[in-house]
Amino acid sequence: MARSNATAKEGPNTAGLASHLDVYLGRSTAADQRHSADTAVLLRIIRLALRYRVRVALAVAATVAAAFFQLMIPPLLGAAVDNALGLLRDGSVGATDARAALIQAALLLLGASILRGAFTLIHNYNGEAIGHLLAYDLRLAFYDKLQSLSFSFHDRVHTGELITRGMLDLDGVRMFVNTGLLRLVLLANLIGIGAYLLLSTDLILGLLSLSFVPFVAWRSSTARLRLRTLWLALQQKMAGLGQIMDENLTGIRVVRAFGAEPYEIEKYDAAADEAMTIARERIKTRVSSTTIMTYAYFVAMGLVLWVGGLRVLEGTMTVGTLTVFLTFITILQAPVRQLGLLVNAIARASTCGSRLFAVLDLQPAIDDHDSAGPLDLTDGAVRFENVSFAYAGEGAPPVLHDVSFEVHRGKSLGIVGPPGSGKSTIANLLPRYYDPSGGRITIDGQDIREVTVASLRQAVRVVQQDPFLFTASLENNIAYGDPWADYGMIQDAASVAQIDGFVDLLPDGYGTLVGERGVSLSGGQKQRVAIARATMLRSAVLIFDDSTAAIDAETEQRIRESLKAHMEDAATIIISHRLGALRHADEIVFLEAGRIVERGSHDVLIAEGGRYAALFALQSRGNDEESPAKGAAE
Amino acid sequence: MTTLSGANQPDGKTQRPPRAVVGSQISMDEEMFGAAFDGRVISRFLSYVRPYRGRIYVALAAVLVFTGAQLTIPLIIRYAIDEAIVSDRASEALLMIAIAVFAAVITVNYAANYIQDRVVGLVGEQVIFDLRRAMFAHLQHVALSFMDKTEIGRMMSRLQGDVNALQEFLENSITAIGDLVLLVGIIVIMLTLNFELGLLTLSVVPTLLIVRLIWLPRARVAFRRARETNSITNGALAEGIHAVRTVQGMGRERVNFELYDDKASENLAAHLRSAKYAQAMVPVVDTLTGAAMGVVVIVGGTLVLDSALDIGVMIAFLFYVQRFFDPIRSLTIQYSVMQRAMASGQRIFEVLEVPLAISDKPDAVEPDHIDGDITFRDVTFGYTKNQPILKNVSFSVNHGETVALVGPTGSGKTSITALLHRFYDVWDGSVSIDGRDVRDYAKVSLGHHIAMVLQDPFLFTGTIFENICYRTAGATREDVERAAKVVGAHDFIMRLRDGYETVLEQQGRNLSLGQRQLLSFARALVADAKILVLDEATANIDSYTERQIQTALSRLLKGRTGIVIAHRLATIRGADRIIVLQQGRIVETGTHDALVAKNGLYARLYALNYASFDDIPDELLRDALAGPANT
Repeated sequence: MARSNATAKEGPNTAGLASHLDVYLGRSTAADQRHSADTAVLLRIIRLALRYRVRVALAVAATVAAAFFQLMIPPLLGAAVDNALGLLRDGSVGATDARAALIQAALLLLGASILRGAFTLIHNYNGEAIGHLLAYDLRLAFYDKLQSLSFSFHDRVHTGELITRGMLDLDGVRMFVNTGLLRLVLLANLIGIGAYLLLSTDLILGLLSLSFVPFVAWRSSTARLRLRTLWLALQQKMAGLGQIMDENLTGIRVVRAFGAEPYEIEKYDAAADEAMTIARERIKTRVSSTTIMTYAYFVAMGLVLWVGGLRVLEGTMTVGTLTVFLTFITILQAPVRQLGLLVNAIARASTCGSRLFAVLDLQPAIDDHDSAGPLDLTDGAVRFENVSFAYAGEGAPPVLHDVSFEVHRGKSLGIVGPPGSGKSTIANLLPRYYDPSGGRITIDGQDIREVTVASLRQAVRVVQQDPFLFTASLENNIAYGDPWADYGMIQDAASVAQIDGFVDLLPDGYGTLVGERGVSLSGGQKQRVAIARATMLRSAVLIFDDSTAAIDAETEQRIRESLKAHMEDAATIIISHRLGALRHADEIVFLEAGRIVERGSHDVLIAEGGRYAALFALQSRGNDEESPAKGAAE
Repeated sequence: MTTLSGANQPDGKTQRPPRAVVGSQISMDEEMFGAAFDGRVISRFLSYVRPYRGRIYVALAAVLVFTGAQLTIPLIIRYAIDEAIVSDRASEALLMIAIAVFAAVITVNYAANYIQDRVVGLVGEQVIFDLRRAMFAHLQHVALSFMDKTEIGRMMSRLQGDVNALQEFLENSITAIGDLVLLVGIIVIMLTLNFELGLLTLSVVPTLLIVRLIWLPRARVAFRRARETNSITNGALAEGIHAVRTVQGMGRERVNFELYDDKASENLAAHLRSAKYAQAMVPVVDTLTGAAMGVVVIVGGTLVLDSALDIGVMIAFLFYVQRFFDPIRSLTIQYSVMQRAMASGQRIFEVLEVPLAISDKPDAVEPDHIDGDITFRDVTFGYTKNQPILKNVSFSVNHGETVALVGPTGSGKTSITALLHRFYDVWDGSVSIDGRDVRDYAKVSLGHHIAMVLQDPFLFTGTIFENICYRTAGATREDVERAAKVVGAHDFIMRLRDGYETVLEQQGRNLSLGQRQLLSFARALVADAKILVLDEATANIDSYTERQIQTALSRLLKGRTGIVIAHRLATIRGADRIIVLQQGRIVETGTHDALVAKNGLYARLYALNYASFDDIPDELLRDALAGPANT
């Protein structure tokens, strides 16, 4: 189930902000190729855990000690029984001594129990702690990695998939330490030392006491693996069911409008039935395996009682020794049954680990060149030289062909064209969200691939069409790029973006919580927040990527006026399908299927009477005499 | 301009920017724990269990048999040792009898265990699926006004999380009964076997109860905190992934990383604390078990020495002591489970008790065919008492005619379409189709004869084909393709990788708004209803798609009665008649030319020269509504 659509590229990794965390320790090397992939993943987790040496040592030592004191209890009980019984029989030792021996056994029992409890605590606590420390390291590394991976990665990999990796897969790796590794140590000690003690006391009886171990171990592991498969299948079905419910509730108006309630319930029932079938299967599998394991355990106990009873009758064994065997079985019962958990933890850790490491080992497609220095701004001139671009993926059609243009500080370029003509791609290439597949882009003569990404992105600011609002106050959303900003700066930016009037109407003003769980803003309001965000920062290149599409023409006009001061210091690129937004640009290019087909100022293009002029005619009312609606259909 | 701002953070890494946060600061969890027992919740819950009561009785019987067998096993060992092994009458034959009984009891134990777990598990699952379905089905018919007010996320957590809490409760209650019987059984047997020894051994129990009672509330706080920090940290991760483009664009990587580190560190600390609490009970239970064994060894051993007690009884005691703490532990866990279940149950039944606002009359009609004449007569309606949205609205639309509803936000356009479909009932007056009041139609029938295209073209996850057929069972591939061709969606569909079988991810977010709009037109066309209600999208669509949509619209309306909530001038002008609404009243009706000539509200709006009425800035709109301009 290792579906890794995020496969690692070759080459060394840049660890970024989380480099001190060293999660790249034990990244698979040539030597690891000899192991299976699973083993390599598990070894890597172990190596990561070994960074907490003291805790690991403490946990392992405590595990061994806990097993030791646990195993002390059956012989103590046996001795106590013999003491109480044997002395009564032949009277070779005085009654006072026997009483003293009983008190001594009781005290030892109490001591062993206390120590067993204490060491179990140390073992479990440290096991959990190591897991959580490991999880913390991986969490930060994962977050850092996601922040540094380029847009092309995020286009390709679904957000839900990444969230799953960061949550569930991380948990799978975390639980490996305590539930997997340490439990294995405990079980090995209990069975190993226990078997030695029992087999050396009485071979046959020892074998009988242990007889249930292999059966239960086998049964519980196979059942666990089967249960895991069923669980994954069930999760998938439940996710499907959840989606049906979610969409039904979100789209309830469509459902009602079409009178589709019975259809929706049918759809729900079909999905629920599928989930139910697996859920039932899972219960049946679980029940038949747990109950048969208990049965096997009692059968072993019965056999020990029988054969041991015969020994005692023959006089070759004391009742105390028989008690030792019987209580030993009791002690083993729980840990042996948990063997299934152990197998499950290991299987889960190797799949989860491989999925997590696949992301961590990725190298960002866009990264600083080895000799990259900061961008040196002089004239603020942007040049596209025969730029071509195609999105990643086999057979993806090229989006841009040989696009060339120049914009200088204080000047503006308008880009217009039908949907899919490549307008937004230009906006994404300049800050290096993607790299061109041909040609080059320079700022003040420097190829943008030769300067540091951070300095480039500080110089180039893109205002997106559909900006992300964070669940935070409006002011902190505006100050997103400059979190040290004071109130005055935020107000200024808001007034440039013409959103101040709206903010004043809100009950909490700039402190109003917006975003997913706050007040929801309309498309136009969101776009104005994005513009305010951008104007908080001084930029050498400003790109408006259809960022006023949802703003009415009047307001847009006012925003353009107030932005003038900002645009004087920057080279500005305005992308829009509404010509009013860009007709004043110094140069306008008309893009079609990735090529520039017309260029010039508004007046020149109108005079040419080409595509631009046609679009302009379409958008102005004057030419709107014959109605395209009803009646006009062919 | 060599210095760029945005990098003006003061030195000192540990200081966090005052305005920077990652993730939401609020925890998503609803109240987790309620009272441990809520009679109303229990009795409502039992009504869902009742259909399976036969199986529940079987499970209960199995639990009792199982517990009995568990209690008997140490007694058989005791008998085997005392009677068959160490007594004067000891013999292999007696041992054989003991072993035979042992074998019989463990087989019964196995069977009972199997029946109990299987029946409880399956019934629990079934009840929970029933309950979830009941909620889902109920939500299909509750008043739309309830759905309008309800957050989807909250409702989903009821359908999923709360339901699971009840499942846990149901499964655990049956085993809890077993645990209780086991506990009482062990006490009774120990006291019966030897009252004095039993009493002394049991003396450790109060200590455990006291320690656990002190421990429980504290531990719960720690566990809860760990859960909360988990959801906060994961929320921040999810935000980081969703917003990655903005984060990179604004250069917030380093700041966000540090803030995320803060959250992850809090999460780590909370988990370490909760791990401490989780493990704290282990040494207590172990110590008390050791003490109880010590009591049995000293007191029991002395009694055996004095021949006042059989050795088998002492061994049986040692077995019971080791089993003793398990039921106490599960019972205290069950207490938390019950509290959680009551809180969840309350939330679930709250949903199930939401009244169904509108139901069919017993003699509601379901005609196969309608003509599609619509009449509104003196309709008054509102969503809140004493605040009518529509006031005495009367108009009629003949079949085949297209009427555009025009007016500023809040003028009542959407309410008119909602009333036609009977999403709500009128306060006064009547809405009728073909002369028959809509309240006399079955709701399903209205759904069949009225097709609606909503402002936000909602698509379901599934193929394009499925989305276009939607509820029209029996629509063939030809029907769907024909519809797609008519509305002009066929070409772009065929350009998609799998054509009509292309799966729309995340409700069609991979398509543009215009494309989704065209698909929803095709859906309405396949539904082939006589009446078409269309709420035109206000969002800005590029001129190319806009033209396609206008063409599609005119084809869609052909031969149908159309009510269009129109925003675009082109659409409005294409209508046969325009109804202008203002504050819940019809102020003007007529054709475009007639209304322009009339020089009223419509003419003033039109004169502002905007391609869409929604583009009109607020101030101009206010002036236009106020009255004729003084020219």
